[in-house]
Amino acid sequence: MTRLASAFTRAADQGHAALVTFVTAGDPAPNATAAILDALVAGGADVIELGMPFTDPMADGPAIQAANLRSLAAGTTTADVLAIATAFRARHPEVPMVLMGYANPMTRRGPEWFASAARDAGADGVICVDIPAEEDDSLGEALRAAGIGNVRLATPTTDAARLPAVLEGASGFLYYVSVAGITGLQQAATASIEAAVARLKAATDLPIAVGFGVRTPEQAAAIGRVADGVVVGSAIVELVGRHGADAAEPVRTYIESLKTALVAARKEVA
Amino acid sequence: MNAPNSFRAQPDDRGHFGQFGGRFVAETLMPLILDLEREYIAAKADPAFQAEFDDLLEHYVGRPSPLYYAERLTEALREGAPEGMGAEIWFKRDELNHTGAHKINNCIGQILLARRMGKTRIIAETGAGQHGVATATVCARFGLPCVIYMGATDVARQQPNVFRMKLLGAEVVPVTSGAATLKDAMNEGLRDWVANVHDTFYIIGTAAGPHPYPELVRDFQSVIGREAREQMLKRTGKLPDMLVAAIGGGSNAIGLFHPFLDDASVQMLGVEAAGEGLDKRHAASLAGGAPGILHGNRTYLLQDEDGQITEAHSISAGLDYPGIGPEHAWLRDIGRVEYTAVTDTEALDAFQLLCRTEGIIPALEPSHAIAAVAKVARTMPRDKVILANLCGRGDKDIFTVAEALGVQM
Repeated sequence: MTRLASAFTRAADQGHAALVTFVTAGDPAPNATAAILDALVAGGADVIELGMPFTDPMADGPAIQAANLRSLAAGTTTADVLAIATAFRARHPEVPMVLMGYANPMTRRGPEWFASAARDAGADGVICVDIPAEEDDSLGEALRAAGIGNVRLATPTTDAARLPAVLEGASGFLYYVSVAGITGLQQAATASIEAAVARLKAATDLPIAVGFGVRTPEQAAAIGRVADGVVVGSAIVELVGRHGADAAEPVRTYIESLKTALVAARKEVA
Repeated sequence: MNAPNSFRAQPDDRGHFGQFGGRFVAETLMPLILDLEREYIAAKADPAFQAEFDDLLEHYVGRPSPLYYAERLTEALREGAPEGMGAEIWFKRDELNHTGAHKINNCIGQILLARRMGKTRIIAETGAGQHGVATATVCARFGLPCVIYMGATDVARQQPNVFRMKLLGAEVVPVTSGAATLKDAMNEGLRDWVANVHDTFYIIGTAAGPHPYPELVRDFQSVIGREAREQMLKRTGKLPDMLVAAIGGGSNAIGLFHPFLDDASVQMLGVEAAGEGLDKRHAASLAGGAPGILHGNRTYLLQDEDGQITEAHSISAGLDYPGIGPEHAWLRDIGRVEYTAVTDTEALDAFQLLCRTEGIIPALEPSHAIAAVAKVARTMPRDKVILANLCGRGDKDIFTVAEALGVQM
């Protein structure tokens, strides 16, 4: 079983949704990310999304845009991101980690180069925001050849006719973007998320992680009752923005609060 | 590389021009882009759509635009040219269109598509403001609300166009991220679109972005080349020997070039903005870029070794973009069109040259084309004909030019 599959299974066995946490690599500086990643794990994150900074993060809201710019202003390179991933893998052999970002930094040296580099850095999968299923040969084929997950995104606009194409060649987990919009701004109604997750579950065996706009433990708990995973990004990145190099402790505390809520969520139902 | 049977058969059904183009967008936008493609295919086959487009171009835009022989410019460039050299220079006068540039051709086509799709809100990005003005214009004409994203730097240097857009009822949103120019305005346009897919149509201003935009913008702008081809044959009895057009994203150039692509005798020259020089800050993505993925398509981009996009620079806000339409990237790689680059200084010289020889104040964008024409005309015999696209008028640029020339207004 892959690290990703194990993590979702373990979370399910323990009676909670997997907590999937995003930070931008190199924010506020390349040498500050390790402590923040460790804080995510210490706080109870089940899956790590490590964001690759990009000059033009056009699917992201203000919080993650700012994180991208802080990271690049600190001089973060692709080599730095891969080094951060490699070091994380050495410290945390069991915690799955996916690289998340945009097509151009990922494919600059060719998809095969990136897929191998990501695998060698210990990444379990890749989420590329702007390579849809239609352009799979630009990265997905190389990821599959390298044996790492090609995590696809489904959205409220992904209709039933289109869903099979999105799922074809998807692996690791399915990331359901719960609102049509950019990261960090608003959250979908729980009822609509529940219906969407049911629809996706009928079409795939992949774990479904739901994200976009999840901030509070209450929101996380509500989604955690119906989805296999809950993704939190902008709220963590805002803590990094506020606390900079001292972000680890506030991040850990915040992650703990989310995790506690996720663990409690299904108990309340049961 | 083997030449294809036709240079006019691109893109393929996935929107690829060779290795370029495509649909590199977030999943949220993908269904909408597929809808747009279906709607565009239906519209192309609908005589009523074409008739309405043609009618608006004739009676609202003022087409066909004239084809003009620039006699005094031709003579001026022959001075100092080697004996017998100095090609005839002709202009396609798209600066005489309603709103003062070629941009309106595309906006008419896209707003008709928006209406067909039942969209009730229009957004657009703009650099120099010409596309913003054209979009605001068609929105006023069709009674649709309009939001224009414009880099804060461009808002400052294109005040007349900002005021025009506001007069036309558009909301102009200054974008402060990045260098606050066209690229950043496009990012913000995409962010708006992804959050408002249900009711919003994005009128992209150049022949770039995700498929089908490069194709449909090219088709709407190809009225330039179709008219020019017919006019030239009628006036001179032959095809021009060379076409010249400025390129930011490349919509006026592809509009002029495309109807001539299969005329083997017609050479074509696309002119990028070399800014302060190709070894300094510039906006020439073919001359100084590498293939990559941005804003929905794979094309040549100004970028570093990690794929981070580098800031473009040009005195012309309309050319100040780190990418180029994917069809140009393809035409360059297969060698059908040649591309060159012209500096800010050369464009300013050409701007003044045209003012004084022809009584035409050109925009800074076609001033780049004119600068390239001035260089190449002297290397071609007198019986050769160069046709350049005068894609916009310069009223909007007089403050920028005054500042560059050290004139206090």
